[in-house]
Amino acid sequence: MFYRENGQFRTSYRADQQIFPILQDRITIGVLLAVAFVLVPMLASEYMFKAIFIPFLILSLAALGVNILVGYCGQISLGSGAFMAVGAYAAYNCLIRIDGIPLVLALLLGGFFATLVGVFFGIPSLRVRGLYLAIATLAAQFFCDWAFLRVKWFTNYTASGSVSVSNLNAFGWAVDTPVDKYLFCLVFLLVFALLAKNLVRGAIGREWMAIRDMDVAAAVIGIRPMYAKLSAFAVSSFIVGVAGGLWGFVHLGAWEPAAFSVDRSFQLLFMVIIGGMGSIMGSFFGAAFIVVLPIFLNRFLPLFGDLVGVQISTAAISHTEFMVFGALIVWFLIVEPHGLARLWSVGKQKLRLWPFPH
Amino acid sequence: MAFFLETLLGGLMAGMLYSLVALGFVLIFKASGVFNFAQGAMVLFAALAMARFAEWIPGATGIDNKIAANLLAFVAAGLLMFAMAWAIEKLVLRHLVNQEGATLLMATLGIAYFIDGLGQTVFGSAIYKIDIGMPKEPVLALESVFPGGILINKEDLIAAAIAAGLVVMLTLFFQKTATGRALRAVADDHQAAQSIGIPLNRIWVIVWCVAGVVALVAGMIWGSKLGVQFSLATVALRALPVVILGGLTSVPGAILGGLIIGAGEKLSEVYLGPFVGGGIEIWFAYVLALVVLLFRPQGLFGEKIIDRV
Repeated sequence: MFYRENGQFRTSYRADQQIFPILQDRITIGVLLAVAFVLVPMLASEYMFKAIFIPFLILSLAALGVNILVGYCGQISLGSGAFMAVGAYAAYNCLIRIDGIPLVLALLLGGFFATLVGVFFGIPSLRVRGLYLAIATLAAQFFCDWAFLRVKWFTNYTASGSVSVSNLNAFGWAVDTPVDKYLFCLVFLLVFALLAKNLVRGAIGREWMAIRDMDVAAAVIGIRPMYAKLSAFAVSSFIVGVAGGLWGFVHLGAWEPAAFSVDRSFQLLFMVIIGGMGSIMGSFFGAAFIVVLPIFLNRFLPLFGDLVGVQISTAAISHTEFMVFGALIVWFLIVEPHGLARLWSVGKQKLRLWPFPH
Repeated sequence: MAFFLETLLGGLMAGMLYSLVALGFVLIFKASGVFNFAQGAMVLFAALAMARFAEWIPGATGIDNKIAANLLAFVAAGLLMFAMAWAIEKLVLRHLVNQEGATLLMATLGIAYFIDGLGQTVFGSAIYKIDIGMPKEPVLALESVFPGGILINKEDLIAAAIAAGLVVMLTLFFQKTATGRALRAVADDHQAAQSIGIPLNRIWVIVWCVAGVVALVAGMIWGSKLGVQFSLATVALRALPVVILGGLTSVPGAILGGLIIGAGEKLSEVYLGPFVGGGIEIWFAYVLALVVLLFRPQGLFGEKIIDRV
């Protein structure tokens, strides 16, 4: 009844090419933005920011980057954690080695270096694909783990091997309270989401999708596989690198290489697949799911244990968390292999007909 | 020269252990096209089961003989792995037929999380020992050729022998039994195998059972070497380069790949490590595999990948 697009005529190419051609979508997005910018900072507690909102925003950004590579270009990558690490450490090194460099520029430079590393480790994608490529990208992961642990120059010769950043300041705006950090990440996420959306619906995005659907056929119709694959690696690792910088600078503040271990790579891939491959919206869903689920389990498993009269120890909780997490992922893949984004579009389809389905 | 040989031999022995884990990957991938990330978790689970059963059995049954207790524990852990294989097929794989590789990969990652949690919930998460009576003292060999001879770890020798025995048994099973022939048929062509009446689902259960037993043997050997603890699950990550080096579809490839990676790791660590700060063995294996992939995308022994439009 409310979600109907008939009567909304588009009379120019400009109108036809809007990101949200349907009025109701524009209203929804507007409301969402208003909530994100105004309501959340007013209502959420400090814990909510630190545990949920900030990780959610940054990981959404990272998942967005991974989704471009995995979902749009079809190149499975397990090295995303490494690209995050490169972004974080490169931004850190730019910040301490270049005097007076603005924070935003340092983060973007981190993304730039992540791009270089990403393109380098993307070269095998020209020869191998699928599972072989997934394992090949693990090389990036382990190499970076090692490099940031052993090469002391990257960590500025700190004795403990962990680096820290303080007094974040972007264009005179001191990013120190949780609300500021939240807004800072939100702005980054919005800019990059808009950028990514426009990339994937443009010529280059269509090239990526052609490569994903069948690379030989794509090459036959004149798409250069090398250019398409490496550009996907470049764009993806740039975004992932910036997310890594944000994760280190804004969320953690002080971090060690273990913050970007292979588990992080798996986590990002989970987000993309659970959220929906090849969907910008899906990245957000996936990140929300993965960020909220452990917190939810952590909170409610003890309550559930009390309910059935079993005292659950902390160790048991973490093990049960593993089990529930694994089981949920499997269950999810069985019920909806195309991810949460698919549920979303099914819901939209239903909404169009509601309440008169026939 | 003696030192070089010693390093090389040590590497080869370690490589044999990698191939044990890699074998599990190859078996399942060949038969069902599933890249089983849960293999490491299965190794951990099997080792945990084995260690704990060996502890419990003397108390519960009154069997005091260590060998008998270990044997019983092995059988019990093996049965548990069979049950797990059956459950995985029944609850997960059956519902994911015809999904894309990435989805299946994710599913096995989910299984891996589940098994990790389950194993530690049921069997506890402390560090356990598997004592199957492996001799720990090293022996000297080739004393007549080199001054001082070369040190060989007896434990490694036995482990390598067990691994070799397992490979021989697997080969016999695949080549000489009716079930083995059916397995090979399924590996060759799912549809053709199904059309001549081979039940795919049962074959998959069998393959996961075999992989479970391989995981048990790997877990037993690794466990008696390093102790049974959570980090055992990460041997899967060490075995991945082995599989891509050897080729995802080749059993001999897994063995040879393991030997190459094992030797390469140790040699690089000893001769190259000091120049770059040490600890390079983990990524060295991956980079080695990566270089091979650049020249032979299907691995050393994998089936040639043919592109069809």
